[in-house]
Amino acid sequence: MTTRWFGARVPRVEDDRLLRGQGRFTDDIDEGALESCFVRSPYAHARINSIDVSAARAMPGVAAVYTAADLPFGAVDLPLLIPHPNLTHGRTQKCLASNVVRYAGEAVAFVIAESRSMAEDAAELVEVDYEQLPVVITPESAAEAHHLVHADVPGNLAAEMTQEVGDTKQALAAAPHRKRLHFRYERGAASPMEARAVWARWSEPEQRLTVYDSTQSPTSIRGGLAVLFGLPESNVDVIAPDVGGGFGPKIMLFYPDELLVPYAAMQLGRPVKWTEDRSEHFTAVNHERGQVHEVEVGFDGTGKILALTDDFIHDAGAYTPYGIILPIITAAQLPGPYRVPNYRVRFRDLYTNATPTSPYRGAGRPHACFVMERTLDAIAAEQRLDRVEVRRRNLIQTDEFPYPLGIAWQDGNQVIYDSGNYPALLDRAMEMLGPRPAGDHVGKGVAIYVEGTGVGPYEGAHVQVLVSGKVVAATGIPSQGQAHATVWAQVVADQLGVQVADVQVISGDTRRFSWGVGTFASRGAVTAGNAMFVAAGMVAEKARRIAAEHLEADPADMELVGGQVRVKGSPDKGMPLAAVSVLANPVRYAFGGGTEAATQFSSKREGPPLQSGDQPGLEATGYYSPPGSTWASGCHAAYVRVDPKTYRLEILKYVVVHDCGRVINPMVVEGQIEGGVAQGIGGAFYERLAYGEDGQLRNASFMEFLIPYSTEIPEIEIDHIETPSPLNPLGVKGAGEAGVIPVGAVLASAIEEALGVAITEMPLSPLKLFQLSR
Amino acid sequence: MKVNGVERPAAADPRRLLSDHLRHDLGLTGTHVGCEHGVCGCCTVLFDGAPVRSCLMLAVQAEGHEVTTIEGLAAPGAALHPVQQAFHECHGLQCGFCTPGFVMSVVGFLKENPNPSPEQIDEGISGNLCRCTGYASIRRAVQRAAELTSLSPSGERAAELTSLSPSGERVRERGEER
Repeated sequence: MTTRWFGARVPRVEDDRLLRGQGRFTDDIDEGALESCFVRSPYAHARINSIDVSAARAMPGVAAVYTAADLPFGAVDLPLLIPHPNLTHGRTQKCLASNVVRYAGEAVAFVIAESRSMAEDAAELVEVDYEQLPVVITPESAAEAHHLVHADVPGNLAAEMTQEVGDTKQALAAAPHRKRLHFRYERGAASPMEARAVWARWSEPEQRLTVYDSTQSPTSIRGGLAVLFGLPESNVDVIAPDVGGGFGPKIMLFYPDELLVPYAAMQLGRPVKWTEDRSEHFTAVNHERGQVHEVEVGFDGTGKILALTDDFIHDAGAYTPYGIILPIITAAQLPGPYRVPNYRVRFRDLYTNATPTSPYRGAGRPHACFVMERTLDAIAAEQRLDRVEVRRRNLIQTDEFPYPLGIAWQDGNQVIYDSGNYPALLDRAMEMLGPRPAGDHVGKGVAIYVEGTGVGPYEGAHVQVLVSGKVVAATGIPSQGQAHATVWAQVVADQLGVQVADVQVISGDTRRFSWGVGTFASRGAVTAGNAMFVAAGMVAEKARRIAAEHLEADPADMELVGGQVRVKGSPDKGMPLAAVSVLANPVRYAFGGGTEAATQFSSKREGPPLQSGDQPGLEATGYYSPPGSTWASGCHAAYVRVDPKTYRLEILKYVVVHDCGRVINPMVVEGQIEGGVAQGIGGAFYERLAYGEDGQLRNASFMEFLIPYSTEIPEIEIDHIETPSPLNPLGVKGAGEAGVIPVGAVLASAIEEALGVAITEMPLSPLKLFQLSR
Repeated sequence: MKVNGVERPAAADPRRLLSDHLRHDLGLTGTHVGCEHGVCGCCTVLFDGAPVRSCLMLAVQAEGHEVTTIEGLAAPGAALHPVQQAFHECHGLQCGFCTPGFVMSVVGFLKENPNPSPEQIDEGISGNLCRCTGYASIRRAVQRAAELTSLSPSGERAAELTSLSPSGERVRERGEER
């Protein structure tokens, strides 16, 4: 492919607006909207004896107060996405709880008033009579099942699944060395800087519902709302405007507000908005990462893994809206880039009285990587081998692709790594890391990971050349900072021979493109990127055909260059793309540059102006559906120093070698990696969701849940290798989550070496290191 | 109160936060609210020229004072302020939610420290949280903003760069080098 924009460090076209304060986030939209707030459960587990909203309803300025009893969908279980045969006891919450609350923060009532402060005042007047029930908060206590989260779910067990490749029992028995290991990874929170928000308007004359939602999946929200409210989908518009970070938990189908705000707008005949505050975000928005692993590994004297079993429990939280996608990913991603000839993995997905879990950047992988990399370090320690050498000996080699793992993937297919060069990742990372810095209490950490990216089912794009010659390209998936408006423009501009500045990208607006899935699972570049490529390619083909017809040339001889469609080798024989756009519509009506140019050309073809099967306009809709996941990979390595008195962590050097196939815009990919590593550092050493035994989150504020500032994040040195994916035309793999995945493993490895204490859990903190060192 | 150089007389509830007043009463939605307890810095504005958190002030406290928000740094259609320009050049923003707060903090910081060391930069932005970038690009942006500011306090140099960068000539050259 001869390209020009693809691969270039094109500065972002979305920046100007955002830098001037002209971004449009959901809470920026007002239009006289009523405002709202929730009454949420203060208890982690309680029976609701009664709810009295009369005083709240009577308060001046209050437009409505809803409980489950007031809602036509109050008794409906919210959707369970991705059902699975092993999910024998899936449970989802109701929009508003009316009988039992199962986590602190679960919504009980919804108050709408003239202003937010009035709504909050009224919410204070809602009287809920709770009868507290015993609380299950850790995954270990869930497994013990002295108390149940759901009375009808024995053992708190939502799902259990076992998979095996080879004969693990026999291989373990035959292994020269065996080791049992225990690992624990706690819950974490994505904490995007913009909390969630929803704004909705109902137009009675048009019978039209318009919803602005800080979601990662406007198309799915639209589909759900249409069904729930009995509207044709074409009467529901859902727009994800500027979204202030997502990282996973902004896709949930549905959070209660996503139903209640549109419903209230329809009932009350006025726009309604809800904006989450930071403290409620901590418990109302999904978490992830809580798992406990029991590993047994068999290996030989050279450090080669012969067999590995992992039996882990996954903290589902109070409900399973996302099915068992997270433990399935962990199970599939645990071997990572390493050969594990005999592998048996069992997981149990367990309910706890805590906020439900769903994918958070990394989604099951940081914990999987932690377990595998810690296991390799344990093998190295036992055999007195070099940690890097042990990894090198176990890596899958370049001639083994496509590499089938023999384990099921989240899309139901088997895991097959499409391409990669893991030894090169490790070698380059070691080269970049360089010699160990002088001094005491310095440790080296290294970890290698793979990431299944670009899951289906599909995304689509609509690309249109306007009569001005400018291009508008739309796709269903929204952006939360990933520079879609820039990178899609690069893909389209190459196909159409125009400038990036000539391509306007619209994403996440169902009025402009109504099909698609969402921005998650590092899938945007693979799915929507290739859909842009397909749609723009269709437009280019049509442009060649129309221009050739008018120039009496062969379409195969036409090329799109510099805004012109011209005959190859005869640069003067051509016409502007704008003129082709005019010619593509047999009706001539427009102002604009293309019209005058087009009048020079008249059709030489006989028959009706619009041929059978043809469509007017220089535009096309294209889709891309991946045949399987693309497997990105990377190696992170670091030197750290830990102060032996204060246990302050100093990251002396941090290097990343990353492979996401062909890179559309290196600047954007590096930004994703740097941000991912920072989020990983936060999750590994600073951020901890401190739940009490009573199920209360003790630190639901940024004062105590310590997201790193600049002072905690080092410079990250990044290099890329490119093993193009053979599965899609652009050869790309996903990059959004990669940065975060191995950070916990790298820091654990480095800190273990620096302090000489075994690290088997995440997150760490100075206090934790002090306790471990005593 | 004077906002972005213009008197904006307005009534506000005694309990109205300055951040909410700017956003919802005056329509200046470029000032963002990320935590409402003074940690994230998204709501940073200049108060009589110094960066403050507008979520930790009541609107009525601003009476008689001068407030500059992100909208006041560069007129619509005019060249970006050197700090804004530097964030663009260095990919110092992704989702853009924390960005106005960072930019206002850095404007205030560079006034006090026109030639900052890397350590001073770290300290200077350590009151603002970003969840997307990992900060490295923001630190580079502050360095670059210092350069742009010293090149021309009047901002002429910044204007010239603006005309080049959003997919203009400089970019095309880079693309063709490959």
